[in-house]
Amino acid sequence: MSDINLQRRNFLKTAAGAAMVTVAPGMLLFDVAHGNPQSVGKVRWGMLIDTAACVPGCNDCVTACNKENGLSGGTSATDPQWIRKIEIKDISSGREVSLPMMCQHCEHPPCVDVCPTGASFKRMDGIVLVDKHLCIGCRYCMMACPYKARSFVHEPLSDQNPDVPRGKGTVESCTMCVHRIDQGGQPACAEACANKVILFGDLNDPDSEIAKKVRSVVSTQIRADLKLNPGVRYQGL
Amino acid sequence: MRLVLLLLCLCVPTAWAAESSLPKIDIGKGGECVKDTQWMRKNHMHLLVHQRDETVHKGVREVTNSLKNCIECHASLKDDSVIAREDSFCVACHKYEAVKLDCFECHSGVRKSAWLKRNAK
Repeated sequence: MSDINLQRRNFLKTAAGAAMVTVAPGMLLFDVAHGNPQSVGKVRWGMLIDTAACVPGCNDCVTACNKENGLSGGTSATDPQWIRKIEIKDISSGREVSLPMMCQHCEHPPCVDVCPTGASFKRMDGIVLVDKHLCIGCRYCMMACPYKARSFVHEPLSDQNPDVPRGKGTVESCTMCVHRIDQGGQPACAEACANKVILFGDLNDPDSEIAKKVRSVVSTQIRADLKLNPGVRYQGL
Repeated sequence: MRLVLLLLCLCVPTAWAAESSLPKIDIGKGGECVKDTQWMRKNHMHLLVHQRDETVHKGVREVTNSLKNCIECHASLKDDSVIAREDSFCVACHKYEAVKLDCFECHSGVRKSAWLKRNAK
């Protein structure tokens, strides 16, 4: 009995293998998951944030973001926040640093990996977005994000900015003000910062201001150990 | 002959009633910028879905078929909206056809120029 079963199993294995190879030349029935080909874009939008120039207590970038994207500005657990100001302190030396924290627009975004509907995606130019037409509000991406950058819209909204559609039941995060970038503009936070802390530009263009600065000064990516290659870099951390 | 007359008597009021209950639509500025009215009535949703995917995923912000551009012309001249009233441009037809309209749970139904004016500060 067991002998027959063994043969049957072997036969099935071989048949499956043959089917996998012979669907058509160059085409397999099953394919191994591989990286997203979108990462080979020509432009890679990024930010370089100079924490030394960032004033503790200043909230201008957050205010500008809230106004641009129609966020309430509340900071409770159910209020969407796209950018937050964070004050950190090195306990041994007592050195304090203030910095803005938002979606880091990773090259290998975990939020995209876990999204069951393909709503979470990365654009060719490196901006990580949520397609709210596809988002079912499951919030896997919020759990996957190591930067806690994403928010869920809990309440019904009205009178949204015509450029920034937002609605209840979907997840959202910093879009790098994609509607401005597509028109050749700058993100609202970068524009609002009086000290020019946030430098926005194309990391892939060797002549851009940001690429030159990234080449010449020491900058770090937060949680670089995760090898997500964020598009937002910090200076003076 | 009597039967024909009876049928006529029955049909005329129904046709008249159907005619009078057609939606009265506030078309705003109106005009024909994409295709003719009948074509648009039947197919506008396909244009919008195509445009939305192009815009969200590829950043193609081509103006002609964009929802914002539709609203710019078709919003009421009275309240700058395509959804504010029973006879607003989108609502009137969708109500008549009993098709749920959920674009505006996220998208603004207001003319952008009017929104900007209101939020200029």
